[in-house]
Amino acid sequence: MTKQHANWSPYDNNGGTCVAIAGSDYCVIAADTRMSTGYSILTRDYSKIHKLADKAVLSSSGFQADVKALQKVLKSRHLVYQHQHNKQMSCPAMAQLLSNTLYFKRFFPYYAFNVLGGLDEQGKGCVFTYDAVGSYEKVGYSAQGSGSTLIMPFLDNQLKSPSPLLLPAQDAITPLSEPEAVDLVKTVFASATERDIYTGDKLEIMILKADGIRTEVMDLRKD
Amino acid sequence: MTFTIPIENGDSVKNAEADSQRTLYPYVTGTSIVAIKYKDGVLMASDMGGSYGSTLRYKNIERMKAIGKHSLLGASGEISDFQEILRYLDELVLNDSMWDDGNSLGPKEVHNYLTRVMYNRRNKFNPLWNTLVLGGVKNGETYLGMVSMIGVSFEDNHVATGFGNHLARPILRDEWHADLSFEDGVKLLEKCMRVLLYRDRSAINKLQIAKITEEGVTVSQPYSLKTFWEFKAFNNPTAGAEGSW
Repeated sequence: MTKQHANWSPYDNNGGTCVAIAGSDYCVIAADTRMSTGYSILTRDYSKIHKLADKAVLSSSGFQADVKALQKVLKSRHLVYQHQHNKQMSCPAMAQLLSNTLYFKRFFPYYAFNVLGGLDEQGKGCVFTYDAVGSYEKVGYSAQGSGSTLIMPFLDNQLKSPSPLLLPAQDAITPLSEPEAVDLVKTVFASATERDIYTGDKLEIMILKADGIRTEVMDLRKD
Repeated sequence: MTFTIPIENGDSVKNAEADSQRTLYPYVTGTSIVAIKYKDGVLMASDMGGSYGSTLRYKNIERMKAIGKHSLLGASGEISDFQEILRYLDELVLNDSMWDDGNSLGPKEVHNYLTRVMYNRRNKFNPLWNTLVLGGVKNGETYLGMVSMIGVSFEDNHVATGFGNHLARPILRDEWHADLSFEDGVKLLEKCMRVLLYRDRSAINKLQIAKITEEGVTVSQPYSLKTFWEFKAFNNPTAGAEGSW
């Protein structure tokens, strides 16, 4: 008697792309707002950016149900942290928490491709990039999701990050000003939208600075 | 990313209860649900068919039900799982009203609860085989959302499940606009349901339209749509290619 196989998958890819760029005193986190399944669009107005703490903003693409569950877990852990420590979590602390949370489900992963952006304890921008099971790295910029392969090489070209192999370690923070970084983000998304079917509709950009968070929305091609 | 999951828990010969524990395939299914926000709330349409594979077994199934005072739930997919969900929601609404605190569950809360239920069942590899549409109005705020069988959820101005997503959504994207009147909303839904009737094999010509506003839920009596089969292309489909069929 052969084992019966389930004819459904517990996973789906709802598409979308997320990008974050760290600056000297700001951090830009951006994502498109399209949610798809297969060749259909479910909705054109779904935000993939979630504020976890004052100085830590998560952007995730992939399987939306897992993303939502992951976000709920992090939100509740952050609440407990605030009750116990009487302060908000710092971005590097949230980064470690996210990694541990992802690895916790190493054998039935959250199908979520995350980019965590924010300001570190010194007020400098920081970006952490993840895979689905929690391996992470602090970088100057990152792209994740369906359009990441289109965007990442272009960011490498424009932001000329120093090699992580250098000793002493050099900062990967971009010297770009905030308006230049926002402009770069708009450019990469417009380009990714042209060639990636899962990216488009609208672009949501969150800019984190010491005095608060600002949001910008830009239209992208809807086809 | 797709992969088949071998179902553990032993050989199905020696351990007969193992496989009967999980949903493997749907049996009696309902087809599309189409719903839109309009001026006073939400309008939802569904037909009354329950298919058993390719057989049209049941022709009087109500796939839209009121939940509490502020919500309307429509379901496509496995009918028995929909009935199970209604039992869960009955318990939820009962416990909520037992608090007797003057508060009542709004559509957002019900949608969130359903999302959690569907996601948790998916985590246990035993999904409720439904795509649910949840609409409602509370305190003047209109809400319309959808949850799939693996827990993917979102809200929008118009939603449709199954074939409706392919056939009705494009019509809605073109013709929906904010503050539709009741008559215009019904006309728009009927347009979508007519297309589904022509093109969805499991659709039947007996539908209901449900309305939810601040005042409450009303589900219409079942009725049928007028169809037109005298299009020249239907009459002589091989006109352009003699000899074909």
